[in-house]
Amino acid sequence: MSRPSDYVDAGARPQQDSPNPDVVQTNLGFVGTLRFIWRQLTSMRTALLLLLLLAIAAVPGSLVPQRSSDPNGVIQYFSDNPDLAPVLDSIQMFDVYGSVWFSSIYLLLFVSLIGCVVPRTKHHFQAMRSRPPRTPARLQRLAAHTEVTLEGGNAGTAIESAHALLKKSGYRTELYQGRDGDVSVSAERGYLRETGNLVFHSALVGMLFTVAIGGGMGYAGQRVVVEGQTFVNTLLDYNSFNPGRFYNPDDLAPYSLSLDKFDVTYEQKNLDAYGQPIDFTAHVTTRLPNGDTEDRAIKVNDPLRFEGTDVYLLGNGYAPKVTVRDPNGTVVWTDSVPFLPQDSNLTSLGVIKIPDGLDEQIGMIGFLYPTAYELETGAYTSTYPDLVFPVLTLNVYTGDLGINDGAPKSVYELNVDDMTQLTGGETGVDSIELMPGQSQELPGGRGSITFENADPDAAVPADANATTADFSSSVARFASFDVHRDPTQGWVLTFAILILGGLLTSLFVPRRRVWIKATDNADGTVRIEYAGLARGEDPGLGEAVDALAYRHGTALGLQR
Amino acid sequence: MDLNELSVLSLWSAMAMYMLAFIAFALDLARRSADVTAVVNEAAAGQVASASSSAEAAQAVGSSGRPVSTLVRADTDAPQVQARQSPVLRVALALTVLAFLLHLTAVVTRGVAAGRVPWANMYEFGLTGTLLIIAVYLVVLLRVDLRFLGTFITGLVLVLLGIAAVDFYVEIVPLPPALQSAWLVIHVFVASAGTAFFALGFALSVLQLVQNRREAGDGDLQKLKLKFLATLPTAERLENLAYRTNIVGFILWTFTLMAGAIWAERAWGRYWGWDTKEVWTFIIWVVYAGYIHARATRGWRGSRSAWLAIIGFTAVMFNFSVVNLFFKGLHAYSGL
Ligand code: HEM
Repeated sequence: MSRPSDYVDAGARPQQDSPNPDVVQTNLGFVGTLRFIWRQLTSMRTALLLLLLLAIAAVPGSLVPQRSSDPNGVIQYFSDNPDLAPVLDSIQMFDVYGSVWFSSIYLLLFVSLIGCVVPRTKHHFQAMRSRPPRTPARLQRLAAHTEVTLEGGNAGTAIESAHALLKKSGYRTELYQGRDGDVSVSAERGYLRETGNLVFHSALVGMLFTVAIGGGMGYAGQRVVVEGQTFVNTLLDYNSFNPGRFYNPDDLAPYSLSLDKFDVTYEQKNLDAYGQPIDFTAHVTTRLPNGDTEDRAIKVNDPLRFEGTDVYLLGNGYAPKVTVRDPNGTVVWTDSVPFLPQDSNLTSLGVIKIPDGLDEQIGMIGFLYPTAYELETGAYTSTYPDLVFPVLTLNVYTGDLGINDGAPKSVYELNVDDMTQLTGGETGVDSIELMPGQSQELPGGRGSITFENADPDAAVPADANATTADFSSSVARFASFDVHRDPTQGWVLTFAILILGGLLTSLFVPRRRVWIKATDNADGTVRIEYAGLARGEDPGLGEAVDALAYRHGTALGLQR
Repeated sequence: MDLNELSVLSLWSAMAMYMLAFIAFALDLARRSADVTAVVNEAAAGQVASASSSAEAAQAVGSSGRPVSTLVRADTDAPQVQARQSPVLRVALALTVLAFLLHLTAVVTRGVAAGRVPWANMYEFGLTGTLLIIAVYLVVLLRVDLRFLGTFITGLVLVLLGIAAVDFYVEIVPLPPALQSAWLVIHVFVASAGTAFFALGFALSVLQLVQNRREAGDGDLQKLKLKFLATLPTAERLENLAYRTNIVGFILWTFTLMAGAIWAERAWGRYWGWDTKEVWTFIIWVVYAGYIHARATRGWRGSRSAWLAIIGFTAVMFNFSVVNLFFKGLHAYSGL
């Protein structure tokens, strides 16, 4: 079968293991050595060891956070284990699946795979065209064997009908004349089994190549969009953008996407899950350069497939709108600022930076409590994720925001090392505390700050004591979208289907040889032997041989 | 009583029945040992212990009188000592079926009460997964006599159900948006079905190893510690059964992996990201691919490949328990 030298048929009866033929011979010569190495590499044993090695090598990546899937976890790990982390990092423990050692294992495995599959494919093509082999002399030695002795008739007619029966059953057949005057038909079926096996292994190679190339052909970008805002699919408009090696960002599909409304439904009936979100829907409008617009919805588990890109809804939260005025009442800054959710009741943390317009730069670290509740300590907590009683608290800092040198800084972080705290903490000054629609003076006459009410119907600024007021639309929400393009995804799916299909045929199509031999006995009876040989796992072989014998008997006119 | 309470009640009743079935299966094993001892004593008394059947020519009764004789194949897989029919084994099976029906009731009522498929958190996977183990076992029993595995299967299911009922129980809550997908239905169900086949294959592989050791000995029944082993199929037959069970599991697992990737693409925007749960699903897949290869590699058939199947199933259990509960990742759905 042109399989590796240490291949044993998984369906065959185990024999005494013969000694390993691959013992190192002396004096191989250069070519001989190469050939020896190649044979070793493409042997079943090597494939097996590499497979097991691959399984073991994959383990550490689940124990230690990975940069690819959990970058913050890695940073955390470094600060928790300052001594161990650099050591682990030097052996690529935080990039296991792209590491030199992991890659070498799977590349070797695939070299072995190709080296194994190519000769087998060649051989398989030949096998499909060759004749079924000569009938063995002693059929009764085979595991699946049965025989009948018939009165009347002769060997020739018996084999003719056996031949017809086997052909009808999808076997490839060949007639042989034995030395002892017997006639026989040799038949083989189940080439599909080997075909399935080869398709399976080749599709694995295809999958590896597609995945390797696919990563370089597309891109992934992230963008946070507040209700009412529009995102234009250009490089500049992304918050972060990771192009593949072969991707040209000029090729971005020209379209824009507006977040009209972000709906969240919270569970209110089931007390065991009170306040648990049960639906997120981003209502968006897509717009093409030709002016075509369309209303679409994006949900978790239900991305928007648009213009060759896929837009996923990955996160959401509140984006309170804040306006800052100078002491004269002139607006120096106004914006909706996405606050990052910190817990399931959406206590959210955000940063506001006012670089210009005031005497000094101002930075604020704010907490938004959608349904604020004052603890005994005086601190707030949120008790429900929806906007029932929203409160925004802000600690104000002055000094250098550190953004003048042009170095990019995260919009979600404020470095207060070089700044002076004005409110909250140990300053003795109360933090700024606002409900939607309210304003407050910044400390030291630096101006004022307003927490805008996003609800157009909220005419009067709500009174802090007015717990009956409806705040449900007072703060806008934001959605964070992941935009991906991966033109090879269809290929990955195709190879996956080939892998599964190949596997099914190779494991369940029985490949077997059967022989039917007829001999005229001296006493005028005819001895007919039926025998089968499994090639690969074939639990149904015995039954199949019995069934053939039965049907052949019927065809010969045996009464049942 | 509401439906969920009914579900819990059925579950505990099912566990009680599994307990009784377990005891009955254990009694059957004890009885088998007694049978073997009896055979040993008879042999010692000078009688010939009729061991395995050998090839015998049987006269065929063709009404036309034309066939003269047919040859009957020898059964090389027959156990060393044939176990006798046993009433306690029938009781054990009846109890298992009864327990299965109660178990099924528990799963169905849980699903109806929740208004969705009953496999959306660890408690529910525990329930449905073990139900599938029993279902697969009962279906396989229709074709192959694996009743000797009853103690193992009911015991395993009992332990898993106990852990699920005591440690993983959660009230019914609606599905979070991340789990609202048809792929939850497909992916998780197929994974549980695959696990059920692996569980059966695991049991067979363990027995194969034990039987292997027995066969490697001198065959003296008197010295045998677990006497009932002499009534079980040969190691080779156990190996073949394990292989057939495990490859069905492997195919289901392959599908699980792919369905998971398709779902991950819809939910997280990438079909593969080496998330911890993905890593372990991959590891399990590779270990079983290794197992299949081992069966076809000289020097690896038999015990070594059985060890790989055992490692594979251990990884499946690890993936379900430790990875779900203690590893950080995107698959945060244990409900605990
Ligand atoms: C990525 C690595 C590989 C994986 C995941 C893998 C997986 C599998 C699986 C699942 C099967 C059983 C299904 C079937 O027969 O199609 C199989 C069978 C087989 N593989 Fe691989 N394989 C890999 C590499 C290799 C290599 C490198 C070789 C050659 C040295 C090889 C040779 C074989 C052979 C000969 C069989 C048939 C076994 C039998 O007759 O039962 N495979 N492989």
